[in-house]
Amino acid sequence: MPEWLSRRRGSSAPPPDDGALWTKCPKCGEVLYRKDLAANYSVCPRCGYHFRMHAFDRISMIVDSDFVEIGGSVLPGNPLGWSDKRSYEQKLSADREKSQLTEGVVCGFATLSGFPVALGVMDFNFRGGTMGTVVGERLTLLFEAARDRRLPCIVFTASGGARMEEGMLALMQMAKTTAAVARMRNAGNFFCTVLTDPTTGGVSASFAFEADVIVAEARAVIGFAGRRVIEQTIRQKLPENFQTAEFLLEKGHIDMVVERQEIKPTLGRLLDYALGDKHERVDAKVPELNA
Amino acid sequence: MNLIVEREKGLLELEKRIHELRAMSANQPIDLSSEIRALEAKYAEIQRDIFGSMSAWQKVHMARHPSRPTSLDYISQLTAFDELHGDRQFRDDPAIIGGFGKLFGRRIIAIGQQRGRDTKENLLRNFGMVTPEGYRKVARLIELGAHLALPVVTFVDTKGADPGIASEERAQSEAIASCLMALVDARVPVVSAIIGEGGSGGALALALADYVVMLEHSTYSVASPEGCAAILWGDAGKAEEAAARLKLTSEDLRGFGIVDEIVPEPIGGAHRDPATLIERTLRVVDAALARLSGESVEELLEARYRKYRRIGAWQSDTMNAVTARA
Repeated sequence: MPEWLSRRRGSSAPPPDDGALWTKCPKCGEVLYRKDLAANYSVCPRCGYHFRMHAFDRISMIVDSDFVEIGGSVLPGNPLGWSDKRSYEQKLSADREKSQLTEGVVCGFATLSGFPVALGVMDFNFRGGTMGTVVGERLTLLFEAARDRRLPCIVFTASGGARMEEGMLALMQMAKTTAAVARMRNAGNFFCTVLTDPTTGGVSASFAFEADVIVAEARAVIGFAGRRVIEQTIRQKLPENFQTAEFLLEKGHIDMVVERQEIKPTLGRLLDYALGDKHERVDAKVPELNA
Repeated sequence: MNLIVEREKGLLELEKRIHELRAMSANQPIDLSSEIRALEAKYAEIQRDIFGSMSAWQKVHMARHPSRPTSLDYISQLTAFDELHGDRQFRDDPAIIGGFGKLFGRRIIAIGQQRGRDTKENLLRNFGMVTPEGYRKVARLIELGAHLALPVVTFVDTKGADPGIASEERAQSEAIASCLMALVDARVPVVSAIIGEGGSGGALALALADYVVMLEHSTYSVASPEGCAAILWGDAGKAEEAAARLKLTSEDLRGFGIVDEIVPEPIGGAHRDPATLIERTLRVVDAALARLSGESVEELLEARYRKYRRIGAWQSDTMNAVTARA
């Protein structure tokens, strides 16, 4: 099996929390004890395969302690009245069940290495991390809150692009998030994105590539057009490493590629370079919420 | 095969026949006026049948009609135009035409996506699919406009951004994002006209404007119907079904607040009377620029932010009501 296909297969079926004690690495086939896997940042100890992470696991891996969510009450409707084999409402409800999330991104405030930050984490488990109007609105609220509170902003991306079932309203979230990023950056805030597997389409072509510093998680697939679309268009097979984080680093598109275990300390250092003493560092305290 | 081209064939035959009869009755002492009237009535009836109420899928074909006016047809009707080339880094992308222009005497930066009008030109212009170099040229020209206080006018007509290997290698995502950023930050009025196909992010990269006008039968969608069908159902052949669901017509988008004004097309589509249609479109664009140029830069940027800030539809908590909507 080609490496990218196994990656696709593995990633499209992230280890479900079904109570099973063991799971299998989709890349090397190693049978892994779930607790060990979790303790190892969901990275296969044998081959280094990065399992896709649930937003909550990602947040607890990154933040010092508490996390205060914002925008959680913004929930999806069905603006186009979309229905195919199932109605859009049914798809959403199935994904809520499966992912234990209300939408494709979780946003809020936390501290990271002592720095108060505005943090957004996308999750591929919810409709492939696609950006519909709720993802766009929650991120926009995050960018606006970061600007108002003069906080650095970090967003972990994971997305198949714009969400088809919300049509043009989904596409316009590229415009909306870009407008909010511009305001935040023009106000002097530090903005950093961490591109995780996969980051494509409308997300990569908007806020993901609008950050001051762009970090990519090792071996993540990142690109504009999906691999299948390109292969169908050009009718030839693409090189193995095409659209990987490492490929993008070599081409000069991103600032650094970081193994998962190193992401938190890396972000801590970046915040220190970017902010220094500008921010009062707090110990394990979340910035106070007025709203 | 283009559906509209197919359907037009009968009409064009009829048109030819009417023309012949007219010529005959002018040259010969026979009265053919009742035959001509009958044919004209028939012609009008078929025209209404075909174009009276077009489905979304038919509009997709109308937007892709090989004779539909392209960006160059509009740009050539400006009172003046001088093309500026290249991204200053790598290459000049022929799928983007841009430069200094005058719109009824108003100095502007004009930028358009250009598909080919025949096979040869399509190969040169990559079927209107813009590469990163093209988007970098767009961003550069928008910044030039802002620098010289010249308003920016864009003409949107693309299936989508180029999905090739080379485009990925040169950061298509970043190139599109940089256009969006340039448009968000531009301290001059921006007006966009969706004149043909508005294909996904590759179209939005030129269309994040203060005022968006759209031709009646143009389409603008999150993905091409073929792409959407492939993504959702693994079958590009179900494009017609996707088109019906995507809400990609000018009416739909006016309703969502994404499009500000619809430019009516002649019956049968823009290509049946390009001169009138182009003049009409340019007038609408000019009127929008006249209104926008009365605003201060701060007002302009604030209104632009609000325009895009409110787009979307979601529910708040357990309430069923949609709390914010364009």
